[in-house]
Amino acid sequence: MAEDYRPMWKEMGLNLEAHDQLLGVLGQAYTDVFLAQKNRPDTMAYFDFVMSEVHGLRIKELLDEKAAGRKIIGSYCVFVPEEIALAAGATLVGLCSGADFAMEEVEKLLPRNTCALIKSAFGFKIGKVCPYLESADMVVGENTCDGKKKAYETLGHMIDNLYVMDLPQVKSANGRALLKAEYLRFKEAVEELTGVSITKESLREGIRVVNAKRKAMHRLLALRKADPAPISGLDALLANQVFFYDNPARFTESVNKICDELEQRIAKGEGGFKVKTPRILISGCPQAVPNWKLPMIVEASGGVIVGEESCVGERGTRNLTDDSGETVDEMIEALVDRYFQVDCAIFTPNTERLDHVKEMAQMYKADGVIHYGLQFCQPYLMEAIPVEKSMEENGIPCLRIETDYSMEDMGQLKTRVEAFIEQLS
Amino acid sequence: MRYAGIDIGSRTIELVVVDEAGDMVASLQADTGFDPISEAKKMLEQVEYDQILATGYGRNLFELSFDAPTVTEIKAHATGVARLFPDARAILDIGGQDSKAIVLFDTGKVKKFEMNDRCAAGTGKFLEIMARSLGFDIDNFGAEALLAEKEINISSMCTVFAESEVTSLIAKGESRREIARGLHDSVVRRAVGMIRRVSADGDGDIVFTGGVARNSCMVALLSEKLGRTVLVPDDPQSIGAYGAALIARQTLQ
Repeated sequence: MAEDYRPMWKEMGLNLEAHDQLLGVLGQAYTDVFLAQKNRPDTMAYFDFVMSEVHGLRIKELLDEKAAGRKIIGSYCVFVPEEIALAAGATLVGLCSGADFAMEEVEKLLPRNTCALIKSAFGFKIGKVCPYLESADMVVGENTCDGKKKAYETLGHMIDNLYVMDLPQVKSANGRALLKAEYLRFKEAVEELTGVSITKESLREGIRVVNAKRKAMHRLLALRKADPAPISGLDALLANQVFFYDNPARFTESVNKICDELEQRIAKGEGGFKVKTPRILISGCPQAVPNWKLPMIVEASGGVIVGEESCVGERGTRNLTDDSGETVDEMIEALVDRYFQVDCAIFTPNTERLDHVKEMAQMYKADGVIHYGLQFCQPYLMEAIPVEKSMEENGIPCLRIETDYSMEDMGQLKTRVEAFIEQLS
Repeated sequence: MRYAGIDIGSRTIELVVVDEAGDMVASLQADTGFDPISEAKKMLEQVEYDQILATGYGRNLFELSFDAPTVTEIKAHATGVARLFPDARAILDIGGQDSKAIVLFDTGKVKKFEMNDRCAAGTGKFLEIMARSLGFDIDNFGAEALLAEKEINISSMCTVFAESEVTSLIAKGESRREIARGLHDSVVRRAVGMIRRVSADGDGDIVFTGGVARNSCMVALLSEKLGRTVLVPDDPQSIGAYGAALIARQTLQ
């Protein structure tokens, strides 16, 4: 690391010893998993830099923003609209929930059979190792699954600035009205936090910035239709992960640069993998940083991931927001229209998701689908069965995986994934 | 040319050599122990072959030490069974630490498979521990269980909980044969569930492979519960290694 950030981390109240340990593990994992890949696009260097400075330079930027009077809002879910935060002059960052930390302490507060993602969010708070969480002026929780909504009741005692957003569970007129009411309530809360009133100009600009970021991701995802795949699933997942906490304009520019390079690769018929490498679509639970377990296994077993039907992936980034509204209310309506299409498994029924998985499998020419379920994540594990059934009816082999963040099931997972890839080749 | 397949499992290692025609010319078995690579080396010294391919949970370790290609147990068992039983479309493999149900296409390729979760429930290890706590030798555990006169329901599938359930049944004065029968029933219930997730009851015969296929009570109960004929190869433990040898032969020919 170029600069000594320890005084900054100490000032923020991080547990330096535990934090050193975390960065050590993270750095090693990044070297082993990402830097060891062959034929990476040169432009991925930006993401290597971002990852090496993930708790360094980016945090310093956020603290500089804070010193200049800007507010930082942390979020755990793709339903929290970044457009509203930006319109009020605030920065939205995704919060850490992709690794086990301080599990013994966490299990004093949460039942053991809580999913790894929720436990992780608690672990980062208890262990005092997430500088994003510690720098946030407002932390937004949201009523998605039962696990999360009950866990926020406990988290509220540990974080004094937790704001909980309610979310609909049915895609009805009432459900949409609830989402709109909650976005208006969130807008007021953000305005109160920043002291900035959202105007039609600032909201339109917020929508423009986030649309540009999503458009860059759409461009990247579309390039993955090529055979040979021009980029590994690991690198594409990394871009999807960094989406949540990088400076939006810089992120957009960097993703577009990768796309330029990938277009050249495709034009030359080059790729990160051989032609006819079995193509896998991942569908299911979000894979938050630094959860790289499944793609690492898939790509070490001779497959390539060509899409993620996930919140950290196309479920989160698809669809742009109409920015043609003339008033703040019209643009809030447009935001509600956009976010109400997110087909999270908390919705019932959620047949749109089945259609989307099928559409993605066909669009990215996937040879097989791996349904990724976090252990104890009831909504996605329940939907895994209809997803598998729907895939098989369409002649697409499907493998259901249920796992967590620990490494103890690596052997069994490897055998399953390798056998699945053998089945496709 | 001679082709070898080695299956490094959690409990045993099998080594099979086939000739140009794919017929078995040598078959060896040893305990895996705590140093599988040394065990494997000793076995390899006893046979002659030109090309080797590894399978089983120790395949990656073998790949590193011997620079040999690998396949999963699932493909290896499918290939071995497809050669020995060309009409079979369903396989149940229960080894030392995992169990799998595999269905095949008419071509012999894997169509779909199911594997047990990350614990030893319903595997050879479970039966081995239970046999020991009842004082039976693993080799006639099945035969003893078949002699039971009534059935006792054992509800625990977890090895640790099942062991305490067995202890309390012993304390109640239940006969150990009947307890043994109950334990077999519980493993079969789990295996039947796994098979039915991938293969419907009317889909022909089932080939049973892995060490647990040597247990006569398991074979009898499976056939009874599924209403399907259960075929057991002469040496069910060597099917993985046999399949691996056949794949080595296909790759080179």
